[in-house]
Amino acid sequence: MYAAIVFLPLLGFLIAGPLAWRKGDRAAELVTTGLLFISLGLSWAVFFQVALGTAPASVSVLGNWFTSGTLQIGWSLKIDSLTAVMLVVVTTVSAFVHLYSIGYMAGDPCRPRFFSYLSLFTFAMLMLVTADNLVQLFFGWEGVGLASYLLIGFWYEKPSANAAAIKAFVVNRVGDFGFELGIFLVFALTQSVGLDQIFAAAPALAHKSIHVFGSDLDALTVACLLLFMGAMGKSAQFLLHTWLPDAMEGPTPVSALIHAATMVTAGVFMVARLSPLFEQAPAALSFVIFIGATTAFFAATVGLVQNDIKKVIAYSTCSQLGYMFVGLGVGGYSLGIFHLFTHAFFKALLFLGAGSVIIALHHEQDMRMMGGLWRKIPFTFAMMVIGTLALTGFPFTAGYYSKDAIIEAAFESGRVGAFYGFILTTLAAGLTSFYSWRLVFLTFFGAPRWAALAHELPKSGLAHEQSANAGTGQAHEDHAFDPHESALTMLIPLAVLAAGALFAGIIFSSDFIGHGATGFWKGALILASTNEVTEGHTLPSYVSIGPTALMVIGFVVALAFYILWPTIPSLLAKSLRPLYEFLLNKWYFDELYDKIFVRPAFALGRLFWKGGDGAIIDRFGPDGVAARVIEITGRVVKLQSGYIYHYAFAMLVGLAAVITWYTAWGIR
Amino acid sequence: MFGFGILTCVVFLPLVGAAFILSLRGSDEATLKNARYAALATTIADFALALYVYAQFDPSSSAFQFVEEQHWFGSGLMYKMGIDGISLPFVLLTTFLLPICILASWRSIQVRVKEYLIVFLVLETLMTGVFCALDLVLFYLFFEGSLIPMFLIIGIWGHEHRVYASFKFFLYTLAGSLLLLLAVMAMYGVAGTTDIAVLLHTHFPASMQKWLWLGFLASLAVKTPMWPVHTWLPDAHVQAPTAGSVLLAGVLLKFGGYGFIRFSLPMFPDASAFFTPLIFALSIIAIIYTSLVALVQEDMKKLIAYSSVAHMGFVTMGIFSVTSQGVQGAVFQMISHGLVSSALFLCVGVLYDRMHTYAIAAYGGLVARMPLYAAVFMTFTLANVGLPGTSGFIGEFLPLIGTFKINSWVALLATTGVIWSAAYALYLYRRVVYGVIEKPALALLKDLSWREAAVFAPLVVFTIFYGVHPAPILDGTAVSIGDLIHGYDTALAAAKSAALALP
Repeated sequence: MYAAIVFLPLLGFLIAGPLAWRKGDRAAELVTTGLLFISLGLSWAVFFQVALGTAPASVSVLGNWFTSGTLQIGWSLKIDSLTAVMLVVVTTVSAFVHLYSIGYMAGDPCRPRFFSYLSLFTFAMLMLVTADNLVQLFFGWEGVGLASYLLIGFWYEKPSANAAAIKAFVVNRVGDFGFELGIFLVFALTQSVGLDQIFAAAPALAHKSIHVFGSDLDALTVACLLLFMGAMGKSAQFLLHTWLPDAMEGPTPVSALIHAATMVTAGVFMVARLSPLFEQAPAALSFVIFIGATTAFFAATVGLVQNDIKKVIAYSTCSQLGYMFVGLGVGGYSLGIFHLFTHAFFKALLFLGAGSVIIALHHEQDMRMMGGLWRKIPFTFAMMVIGTLALTGFPFTAGYYSKDAIIEAAFESGRVGAFYGFILTTLAAGLTSFYSWRLVFLTFFGAPRWAALAHELPKSGLAHEQSANAGTGQAHEDHAFDPHESALTMLIPLAVLAAGALFAGIIFSSDFIGHGATGFWKGALILASTNEVTEGHTLPSYVSIGPTALMVIGFVVALAFYILWPTIPSLLAKSLRPLYEFLLNKWYFDELYDKIFVRPAFALGRLFWKGGDGAIIDRFGPDGVAARVIEITGRVVKLQSGYIYHYAFAMLVGLAAVITWYTAWGIR
Repeated sequence: MFGFGILTCVVFLPLVGAAFILSLRGSDEATLKNARYAALATTIADFALALYVYAQFDPSSSAFQFVEEQHWFGSGLMYKMGIDGISLPFVLLTTFLLPICILASWRSIQVRVKEYLIVFLVLETLMTGVFCALDLVLFYLFFEGSLIPMFLIIGIWGHEHRVYASFKFFLYTLAGSLLLLLAVMAMYGVAGTTDIAVLLHTHFPASMQKWLWLGFLASLAVKTPMWPVHTWLPDAHVQAPTAGSVLLAGVLLKFGGYGFIRFSLPMFPDASAFFTPLIFALSIIAIIYTSLVALVQEDMKKLIAYSSVAHMGFVTMGIFSVTSQGVQGAVFQMISHGLVSSALFLCVGVLYDRMHTYAIAAYGGLVARMPLYAAVFMTFTLANVGLPGTSGFIGEFLPLIGTFKINSWVALLATTGVIWSAAYALYLYRRVVYGVIEKPALALLKDLSWREAAVFAPLVVFTIFYGVHPAPILDGTAVSIGDLIHGYDTALAAAKSAALALP
């Protein structure tokens, strides 16, 4: 059964891929979606048996991957509570995104390719979460990166999509560079890459130092920091975050599945999976808090001023991932995973809702072109409000349980940097509320600004999508510009995810992070003692009420800015121009990286090519030797003038020289 | 078999095919067709023979197998053949690639077809001979002899600047080889034999080892190629016809790594240990420097050629880490690179056959016209990038993990290769395959033909198969390499204790 969950999506990929040549659009959709729903059913069964029930955790070995010396790496499926949670998250979001895509992608000529990529992604993600060793984890890790690359660049005619795809892959590779070194170091320390062997060896290695990179360093701290570098890349954390906003070039269902609910949370999963290792490296955990908190705050500030509806949600994702890492860093691994779980529902919901808005407006993503849509697409509006409530942590929605728990745990924790985490996550909670409601108000309220779109329809959106959607587009049946509700295949996933966004917190909080946690996780990750304290109601009231209060303030400010006095934002932008520009340009990270990494790399390449290979090696090497040979033979040729008296003269000189030599030195 | 051994059959069977083609008269289309089919049949039969050898091979023994010995010249020089776990994969790779080369040249070569086929068959004999020879002089003959057919392939069937490229190739490799010949003669002087099996157990004086090691390095470094003697490779590739590039990248580059494993490590362990920092430095320069150069190339073949140099950096680094992961990974990387870079050159060749240019700027948006080609090209691009699940990953991962234990800085710098390779490979793919077709000439391109698809199919299958299940190669080499490393460590320990005993 476990193998079926993982390999059914692969089967879907293998069937749907070749269908691209046979115009089997409908068949590809049905096969991949059908297989994913089977996988979904099995995953929930596993969740009930292993996480909620009493079925034991297990590792089923599928075969040997590679063996060399003491290095042994197998293919295997590890199923425990943590995996069960991830299985449920991945297959649920993936199955409903498949379903949603049937409506969203209707009319696109490359649907079999799209659906096969989605299934390939799901397979890689499932291999990642079921890995029993670091290298299989890395296999899934790179596999999801590949699927992400392919899907971001799905509309390959767009130069911006291609650039974003490469950027995503290469920035992720920077993280993977650290991840691989982490694997090497762990192998050097424990002679194994299997999780159980590593965990068994971890306590003995605590505070041991190792001579690596030219100095003696704390072994596990270095290992955890290197591994965390991989997590920073995949989960788009501060410094390696630049690819995520650009990744919004991909179709919106992709953003929901890969760049919100699942792939970007792989870093969080990895740290939680390796919790026995990280637990022995407190310094590394402090770094995790620092990066997480910085990301949570930084991304929220950028989200305040973005105008592209998907970019706002992308920065929000970035920020929420920061929360998860703060949760992990303060030792509450279950907190991070719980937020991952609830976030998957409400963030996928927000993205899919945004997709519904985008379809209604014929692929317009700029919120300045929206407004007043709630009458036209009331169902989407309601779903988006639910998602926003959950994201901002409105009481009793999913986010309320998971996010506030992280903030409280950060306050409680005595770890270095935890207070920094507490301050920044609390502030970010207010910012989150503001930008989330700003999105809702700009999109659904105020004067409709999309009337102008009707006239410029031919040039709005993309040539590709235009031609694609001009055909049998389900979502675009009439071309008179009247935003209308999406197809049923798109609305059902919204409803399901909305149910999750509303109730996932209240149903599961006691299992994940409350009294039932020990029985729920069954040792799949380290449970911190702070959880018990959180339950003890010893928190100062400003800590427990603070985030909620800031949420209300954020809402009120957004209401004032975008409903009551809509002139304020532009006035503020004018009076605080530098700050506004700074935020709008995302703290200038792209420009900075372009200057210090991308351009120098190309310049160095040119220097090495023309200068190193051309001007030095070839000039003094083969070309130089050849030139010398030609030069010398040229001189020899000159000697052969053809005049007999030249030769006679040369002979005489030679004869004289020989005689002189013999008479002077030769007789001795 | 027929009075001589199976390895002799594998090595010299192509010459039989060559003789047959030589006997064909006329140059009408029917004769050329016969010649092509004869060459294809010969190479396939040779591959089948190699598979038979593989089936009979006992991977649990590190001794040389299928050994044949004939006296030759009487005084110490012998005709001696034999293989072990290290050479077998290369024999298989060579015989596997030859039918692919013949198929890939089916239409693209139209001048001097018979001569072309003969040269390829002769080259196959010489290349398999290199991996089977167990006598140093015999090895040298095959090793040097393989230069000549390749020189002809580039010089006769190459592109515009073929003469410059072929002479550059010849001069570089010949200069190295002369030093190798000196080393071989010196070794004969000490050991009184050129039997490799005996030389493996001969102890050369430490001071002499360094000179011999450098003599071998001069030749092997050029072949590998290592930085800074790599500049012949991009020119040779750009000018060579597609099948020539396939054999150059697929097999000839492997002579270097094979030579390091066969000779440098076991015969000169002290010198190898002494010069390891040098090799590490050159490997890292190869990985970083040539990757950056690859990033800015405007010619597809040059880009892939530079990426080959970078990949060979992993090989030399892995070999001189002298760990089982490092050396096994190096062998694996060589086989993997033999599949992947060959396939990439074939991918480029497919485009050249249609458009007659290697300039990246001449392409763009091909996926719309050639979806199957795009999928195949993507597979090999990803293998080149080292994506897990393709053979390229194992070939990068094992040398790195092996080297990390020996020198973490070297591994750190070499691991940056995963970033560079992603950048240059995907950037190339984007410029060639993605985007919109803007050039009118591209609008009429046809997707892969059946023959082309048949050429790529086995390469795709093996690239993914060895990525998911590399055991056939790794396990086959395990015993031989384990033995090699054990011998190396023992020799070093002996040298160390001797050094301690001296004062």
